[in-house]
Amino acid sequence: MLAFILRRALQSVGVMLAVGVISFAMFRFAGDPVNQMVALDTSEAQRAEIRASLGLNDPVPLQFARYFIDAAQFKFGVSYQFRQPVSMLLKERMPATLELATCATVLAMGFGILLGIYSALRRDSFLTKVLQAVSLIGISLPTFLIGILLIYLFSVILGWLPSFGRGEVVKFGWWSTGLLTVSGLKALIMPSITLGLFQMTLIMRLVRAEMLEVLRTDYIRFARARGLTTRAIHFGHALKNTLVPVITVAGLQFGSVIAFAIITETVFQWPGMGLLFVQAVQNVDIPIMAAYLLVVSLIFVTINLIVDILYTVVDPRLRATVGRAA
Amino acid sequence: MTDLPAPAPRQSLIARAIDSDIFYSFRRSKLTMVAAAIVAVLLLLALFAPLFVVQDPFDPRQLELINSRISPLWTADGQRPFLLGTDEQGRDIFSAILYGMRVSLAVGALGVAFAAVLGIGLGLIAGYVGGAVDTLIMRIADVQLTFPAILIALLIDGVVKSALGNHLDASTTLLVLVVAIGLSFWVQYARTVRGSVMVEKNRDYVAAAQLIGLPARVIMLRHVLPNTMGPILVIATINLALAIITEATLSFLGSGMPDAMPSLGTLIRIGNNYLFSGEWWVVAFPGIALASLILSINLLGDWLRDALNPKLR
Amino acid sequence: MVEPVLSVRNLRVEFANRRGVLVAIDGVSFDIAKGEVLGVVGESGAGKSVTGLAAIGLIDAPGRIAGGEIYLSGLRIDNLSPDAMRRIRGKRIGMIFQDPLTSLNPLYRIGDQLVETIRTHLNLNETAARKRAIDLLAEVGIPAPEKRIDAYPHEFSGGMRQRVVIALAICAEPELIIADEPTTALDVSVQAQIIALIKRLGRDHGTAVMLVTHDMGVIAETSDRVAVMYSGRIAEIGPVRDVVQNPLHPYARGLMGAIPTLAGDASKRLVQIPGSMPRLSAIPTGCAFNPRCDFAFERCRIERPEPIRVGAQAVACHLYDRAATESAA
Repeated sequence: MLAFILRRALQSVGVMLAVGVISFAMFRFAGDPVNQMVALDTSEAQRAEIRASLGLNDPVPLQFARYFIDAAQFKFGVSYQFRQPVSMLLKERMPATLELATCATVLAMGFGILLGIYSALRRDSFLTKVLQAVSLIGISLPTFLIGILLIYLFSVILGWLPSFGRGEVVKFGWWSTGLLTVSGLKALIMPSITLGLFQMTLIMRLVRAEMLEVLRTDYIRFARARGLTTRAIHFGHALKNTLVPVITVAGLQFGSVIAFAIITETVFQWPGMGLLFVQAVQNVDIPIMAAYLLVVSLIFVTINLIVDILYTVVDPRLRATVGRAA
Repeated sequence: MTDLPAPAPRQSLIARAIDSDIFYSFRRSKLTMVAAAIVAVLLLLALFAPLFVVQDPFDPRQLELINSRISPLWTADGQRPFLLGTDEQGRDIFSAILYGMRVSLAVGALGVAFAAVLGIGLGLIAGYVGGAVDTLIMRIADVQLTFPAILIALLIDGVVKSALGNHLDASTTLLVLVVAIGLSFWVQYARTVRGSVMVEKNRDYVAAAQLIGLPARVIMLRHVLPNTMGPILVIATINLALAIITEATLSFLGSGMPDAMPSLGTLIRIGNNYLFSGEWWVVAFPGIALASLILSINLLGDWLRDALNPKLR
Repeated sequence: MVEPVLSVRNLRVEFANRRGVLVAIDGVSFDIAKGEVLGVVGESGAGKSVTGLAAIGLIDAPGRIAGGEIYLSGLRIDNLSPDAMRRIRGKRIGMIFQDPLTSLNPLYRIGDQLVETIRTHLNLNETAARKRAIDLLAEVGIPAPEKRIDAYPHEFSGGMRQRVVIALAICAEPELIIADEPTTALDVSVQAQIIALIKRLGRDHGTAVMLVTHDMGVIAETSDRVAVMYSGRIAEIGPVRDVVQNPLHPYARGLMGAIPTLAGDASKRLVQIPGSMPRLSAIPTGCAFNPRCDFAFERCRIERPEPIRVGAQAVACHLYDRAATESAA
């Protein structure tokens, strides 16, 4: 068990190293960092000086090592656009993205699992057919279109909800939260739905497919042959077996929710890391792009690791094989 | 060594399609037929766009400000010949959609083609050569699969821009998008092809072909590859929808097609600015066009997947 | 006459599919008395398992019981409400499925599955139910049951798992156990133990057992009576000794001839029945067995034979009808 976790952790470190190399390559070779930092009239001598001070004349492996050590301490250099340390910008923007992603995931998981169970158990009901159709449309509609649709409906026509920003936030140290004010909560509604809808349809379809599969298994038939109540079979036996694979997918989805937040944040001008990243791409602000890649990868890899461990905890069969392999 | 028979002689996809249950299942599913009809109509409209449009929306000389902000034809302020109204530059929305769809489809199709060629090539190499090459390719694939395609496409777009400068002309941007989408979507093809190569490699007929002196690449291309065409086609169809979404998203985020040569995504981004001033049609119709295009392709992909290989889910 | 535990009268089970209605079971009747083991034998697709599932009320759509009656100790059960039938399943009828590897929910400890089943049917608290679960495990021959009760299914071998499955089937002392190919998925060495266990449980508790299998050897060893099924009908039914030693139906004769015996003449070749059982969609008119039967005559191709009593046996074959009419004449 411990050996398994260690091996997975080692793999994660490997992935982070690979991402680090890409991130460094972007930082170092895509465009000239010096050119981005100085004014047009800076003299050649001054440029050379900056070049030296940035360590750009050192051997590449040394530069990489330095970059990596800095990155490990969350030092990502200075943004070309904002002339501020990237780590500070990210830290400032991170709470907004994490709050949005968490809300969206909770929404997606809650409704996705409920609706998935419903449509698996009431396979022929009218609502199930509607849900199936809506989920296909949900998968086909690009996120930004859903956002625009919501804004048009609830901001332009009805005027109920704000179309951009986070509303009022409350500060706790460096963390800012919109969960404690009415305007903050109102501002959160549409972005969360926009971001969560795609994941919700995905989870709903997955839960439905898994549950239908589980309901066909021998142990469910045997459970029925033993006269267990329908409720015990559906919500005890079937649901538990359904949720094991769903946990993996849902966990991994949290990673892509953070990435998809890029789009949602742009539609709603939500001041998070995603919006920062999009602006960085548009303005070729490489330090922010490289740092965003590293931070998001770190979140992904961590979630992957947690999901893997969680999986072995939930499934006794895996626990056994993993234990034996160790 | 198992004594498995060599796969059936190659059949053209068309022969197989008519031969199998596919045709039957196609006629049975009304939804699929509707989807196919929509895709066909949209394709024709896009392909022969110049025949249907009232103006070339990319040619600034044909735009007149006097025609700006006209609402659709059936509304009170509608004016001929602007069926779906015009934007603030006097651009006819209907014409812009047709041309925009051309761009969207072109980027999507070329992106998928690029991804398929890249993925199939790398998959063949990984499966056939094996060893360290295989490990390297599949590790890269694993790592890349952890990240959503849109993030990868955005990064590639950003890097290319920083290497080539921020202000590219429209056709170069199109090429950059194709490359970005291709590099974001190759993994699935590579995995599928590699899987079948691994299976086929140990079959007796491959050993026999080697014995009679056929070179490895001939065996791979003529015997192994055709067997993977079914799943590849399914992946390609579903990926076409994803590629179009990705392109539209990049354009919407401002990292895709420029205003001078807008795709559907660009049109939606432009239209989004006029949402609050009441000109809903500038964003609504490109949005509807994009949604129906993707939905129809997805429906076709779903049907194709079920028809070609029920096990592939 | 003592009331039989299970009485099936003229059962008909249909499955609807795209092309029409398939008749899986057509006019099957039999009784099982208290403490009796009825073996049901036949090729796969003959309707053995469907008969068992019909008796416990687990025929799922698109299948349905289209005719006939099923009585459990005199109570008609084929038309009970789903919930009333559920209360009978597991309490008055226990069922054992073929594959012990897949019959148990892998995510629950076997103790939890036992306690859950016990508490569904018997009014016991958690402690008492757990105590009963341990007793049951001991009864089916699981060593150190008080420890093993907290194990997960994957921690048992196939034979042990089938013992757990049996414990689950008998945990409310059912009047009837339906065992659907209980040994097919097991090693030969384990098969005998499981058969012995089922037999012992039936004897100790006076339980009626319906043993579905395609293995004549298993039937010969365990059953009191045997029903030979072919194409959804009972071809022959009777005491196991009579049917094995003196099979009447040509199909049963072929089936018995297909069992190798140790004492048998080595020079005598095993009898093979030519051809294979018809698919449900293409059952021939008349006697379903007629295309494969060496004795078939005109009437077999036209008229379906109904069961005829011959001694303690009943056989659905025109050969014996002719014998009866000839001797009467």
